[in-house]
Amino acid sequence: MFTLRSDQRDAIVATCIRALPNEGCGLLLGRPDGTVTEVLASPNVADSAKLYEVDSRVLLRAYRRSEEEGLSVIGVFHSHTHSAAYPSPTDVAQAPDPTWHYVLVSLRDVPTSIRSFHVIDGEIDEEEICL
Amino acid sequence: MTALVRIPTVLRPAMGGDTSVTVEGSTVGEVLDHLTANHPDVKGQLLNSDGTLHRFLNVYVNDDDVRYLGGVDAPVTNGDEITLLPAVAGGTL
Repeated sequence: MFTLRSDQRDAIVATCIRALPNEGCGLLLGRPDGTVTEVLASPNVADSAKLYEVDSRVLLRAYRRSEEEGLSVIGVFHSHTHSAAYPSPTDVAQAPDPTWHYVLVSLRDVPTSIRSFHVIDGEIDEEEICL
Repeated sequence: MTALVRIPTVLRPAMGGDTSVTVEGSTVGEVLDHLTANHPDVKGQLLNSDGTLHRFLNVYVNDDDVRYLGGVDAPVTNGDEITLLPAVAGGTL
């Protein structure tokens, strides 16, 4: 189960649009049942239209905040500016945590598409986003 | 010097499940060397073969990213907390 409020979905898409022409990215804080409680936008320190990397300071802040608030970092979002909202081989190779929700936004699609996946031992498994 | 090293979730299975361990060392490099001496399976995930930090690992001394403190040469003082977090990255390439 992956639950996202509509305002959180809008915040994710807005972060990705603001990052154009580069990919946008950020972290998802929430509960182990997959409910997102906070969207934490990050600068894309890869500064690229084809790669993203969450700012290390945002990453540490997310872990500190989640510990203080009894939450967890449960996933990450990023955009693909000219391709589908589906994990690329790079995304799969660099997916660090099988429990995470990997949210992909495609800004190629009109309207913008947003999808969520688990990546477990290199296998991609799409999950429904409950809005 | 003794530092508390916080272990990220993804590395815990290879490190006996510990969430944190106390490790000796006066620099980040020494701390990671001592840490991986007891857990050789993890070494390649933390350090390159030349001893530099792995590209996709973030290491912090207290609240500071060691990339801005000298990398593996960043000093460690008694009681420092060292946090290891895998970088979060990817892309369409």
